[in-house]
Amino acid sequence: MKERFTKGMARNIYYGGSLFFFLAFIGLTVDTTNKLPKTDNRGELTETVALGKKVWEDNNCVGCHTLLGEGAYFAPELGNVYTRFGKSTEAIKAFIKSRPVNGIPGRRSMPQFNLTEEELEGMAQFLKYANGIDTHNWPPNIQG
Amino acid sequence: MELKYESQSVAKLYFMAAIGLFVGQILFGVILGLQYVIGDFLFPAIPFNVARMVHTNLLIVWLLFGFMGAAYYLVPEESQRELYSKKLAKILFWIFLVAGAVIVASYLLVPYARLAEITGNDILPTMGREFLEQPTIGKIGIVIVVLGFLFNIGMTILSGRKTVINMVLLTGLVGLAVFFLFAFYVPDNLVLDKFFWWFVVHLWVEGVWELILASLLAFVLIKVTGVDRELIEKWLYIIVAMALITGIIGTGHHFFYIGTPGYWLWLGSIFSALEPIPFFMLTLFAFNVINKRRRDHPNKAATLWALGTAVMSFLGAGVWGFLHTLAPINFYTHGTQITAAHGHMAFYGAYVMVVLTIISYAMPIMRGRKANPMRAQVVEMWSFWLMTVGMVFITLFLTGAGILQVYLQRLTDTPLPFMVVQDKIAVFYWLREAAGLVFLIGLIVYIISFFVKGEEIE
Repeated sequence: MKERFTKGMARNIYYGGSLFFFLAFIGLTVDTTNKLPKTDNRGELTETVALGKKVWEDNNCVGCHTLLGEGAYFAPELGNVYTRFGKSTEAIKAFIKSRPVNGIPGRRSMPQFNLTEEELEGMAQFLKYANGIDTHNWPPNIQG
Repeated sequence: MELKYESQSVAKLYFMAAIGLFVGQILFGVILGLQYVIGDFLFPAIPFNVARMVHTNLLIVWLLFGFMGAAYYLVPEESQRELYSKKLAKILFWIFLVAGAVIVASYLLVPYARLAEITGNDILPTMGREFLEQPTIGKIGIVIVVLGFLFNIGMTILSGRKTVINMVLLTGLVGLAVFFLFAFYVPDNLVLDKFFWWFVVHLWVEGVWELILASLLAFVLIKVTGVDRELIEKWLYIIVAMALITGIIGTGHHFFYIGTPGYWLWLGSIFSALEPIPFFMLTLFAFNVINKRRRDHPNKAATLWALGTAVMSFLGAGVWGFLHTLAPINFYTHGTQITAAHGHMAFYGAYVMVVLTIISYAMPIMRGRKANPMRAQVVEMWSFWLMTVGMVFITLFLTGAGILQVYLQRLTDTPLPFMVVQDKIAVFYWLREAAGLVFLIGLIVYIISFFVKGEEIE
């Protein structure tokens, strides 16, 4: 870091290196978006699923749960909940519907969101769609 | 001691707001910690997700206040001219403060789904994604404030002296603004959504924010050590070069298990394994420069914060990041308390501490003295140790919780359900809460330090 290594050389590494890797990243981004159809389960991406995703966002579900491992760590992973609930969208809907308004004494509880039947169906279908995304076999087991 | 340029004084407003919001952030952190062990605490008035939004959004907003204040303080001095417009800086301050306060208050007062409805989230949906929960109108407000800020800072730099610190800082701030625009892209396709969400989150905290961090630290180190600018600028270039060379493709460590192609398992592992390098260099840099100091600056507290930033950012971002960044390990740790442990120490060590460093250096000068009275500095140094030790233990206890969680939920022959595991590891959450209270005490001591009087230093 002393005499032979000049500020000019450091500057060139900064500009050259950042530019190179930034361009490489753009290239990889293009390649990834081209390859996604193979893994992202877009075949199942229906209007109902899109509505479910909107319900997911409008109720800030990611503020407690993880989805494919991303989110908060307060409540269970939901990327594989469809499988965990015996591949039953009805079971998912029944769970969401039955949350007590005032919670469970002393325990964590999901709020009662008062979703409509259409929103419930959307949410269940969205979680089913997420369950079908190819995640290189993550999570390690059914418990998420 | 007087300010070199009068317009630098606008930074004081920004720093005061930053500290005020910091207090709010920590109070909600304590609430969250309690909700981990007393599940119905404040339920249903303030559910966990709401408290968490307040905690994380306040963090982001107060750090932005800190960065802006830092830029308004540092850029005139580096550019050797007054700010392009002090008035604009003041107007934007009030807009940002009111907007930030309204956003956070709305989280607490209105159910989130209702907030989405009122603010027209159906027209341009951007809500309900982690850290980017702000209503769309709020996001637009943030963009306007940041653009006005960039204009002000940019005009000052471009018509003044262009130092390396100035240029690196400006690049970081422009990057911050540009990558935030991905917050407006929310496709229905979950994989695409997640992929581009990281363009905000990762390219901020493991990308352009590191440029801001390094330039702020370099500025304070020049000031407190008097070491030759040439040497410091050389270090600065090479540190930010390594940050971007490793960190840009390092984004790939978030693309392991979200439905993206398999080559990211390799690219993400290799490049993100190198991400500790710039943080290690930052540590070497700080110690090296302080050892070579040509003067003994009376502001001992600022020097302590600067060294603390260098060490804790390496531990939090570098070491705790590396712990779970390799794909085969991340397969088991992804989305567990290990991530939470890393997130806490990395944010504190890198970004909280660098903002507190520049506040520690600049605030006394804006209050008309080179450094605070020794008694005040001693109190501030106590707060440094209380907060830093508090954060170290928060991180250690979360790491303990995380290791057990990974084992019980994912590694044993009979994996247990999430909530069963949470009950089993509750003791770690209690200990974390205790460490959080130590942190809160540290923060209270920090605020007291601003009011401690004593013999003036010259």
